[in-house]
Amino acid sequence: MGRYVLRRLLQLIPVFIGTTFIIYALIWALPGDPFAGRCGDRPCPPAYIAEMTEKYNLDDPIIVQYFKYLGQILQGDFGETYSGIPVNQLVADAYPITLRLAIVALAFAALIGIGAGILTGLRGRGFADNLVLVSTLFLISLPVFVTGFILQVVLGTELGIIKPSVSSQATWGELIVPGFVLGSTSMAYVARLTRTSLMENKRADYVRTAVAKGLEPKRVVGIHLLRNSLIPVITFLGTELGALMGGAIVTEGIFNIRGIGGLVYKAILTKEGTTVVGIVTLLVLVYLLMNLLVDMLYAVLDPRIRYD
Amino acid sequence: MRKRRLAAWVAAPLVVGLLASGCGGGGGGAAEDGIVSVNSTEPENPLVPGNTTETGGGNVLKAMFTGLVAYDEKTSEPYNEVAESIETTDNKVFKIKLKPGWTFHDGSPVTANSFVKAWNYAAYGPNGQSTTSFFEHIQGYDEVNPGGEEAEGSGPPPTATEMSGLKVIDDLNFEVTLKAPFATFPVMLGYTAFSPLPESFFQDPKAFEEHPIGNGPFKFEERQPNAYIKLSKYDQYAGKYKPQINGIEFRIYNELETAYQDLVSGNLDFIDQLPPSAMVGDKWKTDLQGRGESKPILSNNALQVPLYDDKYKDPRVRQAISMAIDRKQITSTVFQNTYEPANGWVPGGVIPGYQDGGCGEWCEFNPEKAKQLLAETGFQGPITITSNSDGGHKEWIEAICGQIKNNLGVDCVFNPVPTFSEFLKMHDENAHNGPFRFGWLGDYPAAETFLGKIYRTAASSNYMRYSSPEFDAAMDRADQAPTEDEANRLYGEAEKVLAKDMPSIPLWNQKASVGWSERLDGATVTFDRTLNFETVKLKS
Repeated sequence: MGRYVLRRLLQLIPVFIGTTFIIYALIWALPGDPFAGRCGDRPCPPAYIAEMTEKYNLDDPIIVQYFKYLGQILQGDFGETYSGIPVNQLVADAYPITLRLAIVALAFAALIGIGAGILTGLRGRGFADNLVLVSTLFLISLPVFVTGFILQVVLGTELGIIKPSVSSQATWGELIVPGFVLGSTSMAYVARLTRTSLMENKRADYVRTAVAKGLEPKRVVGIHLLRNSLIPVITFLGTELGALMGGAIVTEGIFNIRGIGGLVYKAILTKEGTTVVGIVTLLVLVYLLMNLLVDMLYAVLDPRIRYD
Repeated sequence: MRKRRLAAWVAAPLVVGLLASGCGGGGGGAAEDGIVSVNSTEPENPLVPGNTTETGGGNVLKAMFTGLVAYDEKTSEPYNEVAESIETTDNKVFKIKLKPGWTFHDGSPVTANSFVKAWNYAAYGPNGQSTTSFFEHIQGYDEVNPGGEEAEGSGPPPTATEMSGLKVIDDLNFEVTLKAPFATFPVMLGYTAFSPLPESFFQDPKAFEEHPIGNGPFKFEERQPNAYIKLSKYDQYAGKYKPQINGIEFRIYNELETAYQDLVSGNLDFIDQLPPSAMVGDKWKTDLQGRGESKPILSNNALQVPLYDDKYKDPRVRQAISMAIDRKQITSTVFQNTYEPANGWVPGGVIPGYQDGGCGEWCEFNPEKAKQLLAETGFQGPITITSNSDGGHKEWIEAICGQIKNNLGVDCVFNPVPTFSEFLKMHDENAHNGPFRFGWLGDYPAAETFLGKIYRTAASSNYMRYSSPEFDAAMDRADQAPTEDEANRLYGEAEKVLAKDMPSIPLWNQKASVGWSERLDGATVTFDRTLNFETVKLKS
């Protein structure tokens, strides 16, 4: 196991360099001067553009620029935005909030999703099954901004149960509704995935053996059936956490959450290259580590899977 | 046993969550703290007056700095603030005397030096400040910033570090000499770029960016990037109006829609722009119960026409296009009356003493005459209208195109360019093959700001490449007028030259539609669309 983890960690290096380079090149090679449109409706003074170009090494060929940037990153410095704020600080402010939001969303997805999946997967056809199928279909087909906006207006503006926006502290309580909105689609997928997986495994040989041995039904389901059936669900949830961290743009926009999603969205619009590359780098790391974690969980869930 | 434990696991976070959300919901900001919250966007540049031209940072700086003059909240008329008097006999040499007793937030006095050094810093090319061009009227500007308007920063290095036109006489007196007489100069001095800076700025600009120090009614408290900027009342403020509130929180919103929802539910005190969804059917009037206002601001929109394109050489073509556009219809349907049809190049309503209507009959909807005029020129379509598409300009351009098709019988298409910076690049390269969108936001209430930088020969925003000696001469006469009234009359004459040549087609002037919460008392909006923080009060 140890060697496996080490090998996986070494694989991080080329992936890291590859992704950051592609993002860096894509952002800075966009047509148009990134500083030209920064002075309102009037053109920016040449002195200003020259100063900014020098500050971001834009006169160098892109490969030189990239290595200068990489050197900076390796020292733990992600550079500065155009308004002189260190990207490190932006990320340090935004990451905990997004992480909290993603955990809330993931909790909704895992608890309600797996719960509904188990309920319908074990019982099979019936009213509950149909209800879950219809409601998950409904959730999957609704875009996030519709759910978000409806909940915001109904619960926030009309009923006054929540505030329509999340404050800058973004406490757990404030994040419940946004987290539900963000997790709603994954919740539906998790329910369906669990249900199918359970249905399939219910007829598997090892379950039949366990039942035949005379084990308690609770134990059959809890220890034998669920452990195996949750492997695809865990895979899904693991990658989903990565996706939630980067893909919360819409939800963060609606509820005005100061997280990573909104930050990267705004940075792309204003061509804040340093911010975009910095955040994407971190997202890549989250994805890779989550994948590693998921792979290791397989071995825990299913002892037949061994990595050495 | 097992089941119960599972149930507990499910129930615990839900209960905690519901309790927490119950506490978080309901009440808005507390009235006792005396802090007014307003919506804002993240500043694009460091918070230094000389390096800020956009509204996100500009609004914060306006509350933190007070210039030589300020503008009346109702009439936009300038009056002296830090200046005791601004005297001139020839509109070329201005003797400026400061009022004693003004201090910066760190306690140091505001002196003539604070202004002169700040202006020299902003104008000096190598400092790379974004407002340098505001100082171009001052004598010696070309020596400290010889970069030129069009050259991409490739100008020769500066030969001086200070402008020769600025002279400190003593602590409270200084003298400004301009390159040429310019009657509007004192009006410009209220713009944030002309703010004074404390001595500590020049010692350590980086530290200043982190904790800016101004001389205005509010001092910097704290900032969390992308979340908020907080200011608090400065007790030693020496200005005309002492603030009635304890502080301001500029809250940064990603979506205007969310800010509006917050305003409606009492979670935000002021919003400087109502979202389109609130404008539909005047929804905001029922939502806010009279706590809103729509008033003209210093902003207009036009279609510039590339005069370097042979197809558009004949002024009658441009006049015909202008007359074929039914401005009223578009402002009421596409813009939900947040814009007013333009009848000239200068929006008259907000500039003290200015008579609008400079465009005359050419901006009136007259399809018959338009068609007849176009027939005389033998113009063959199609017309392409170019704009960047990242700011939502599709609807009104397609509306104009529809009207041109119906009223002139020539084909018209919208030509979107993906981003604003690519659009700007097309301006520089003279790459336009038809009319293109042009928006202008005035920085100070004077007619000159809507004419000089745009229509003079080789002016910085003259993307049409319009060059008329007659117009330039008319502008020179107006700039050098002895009084402001006379200047306004002469700017009106310069506008008449534009009407004859029609280098651009005025479309509409923007109105600010703002809203405020029940907590505010006596909210007024300035010509630049911000809440007047000096006079606003909170209901007790």
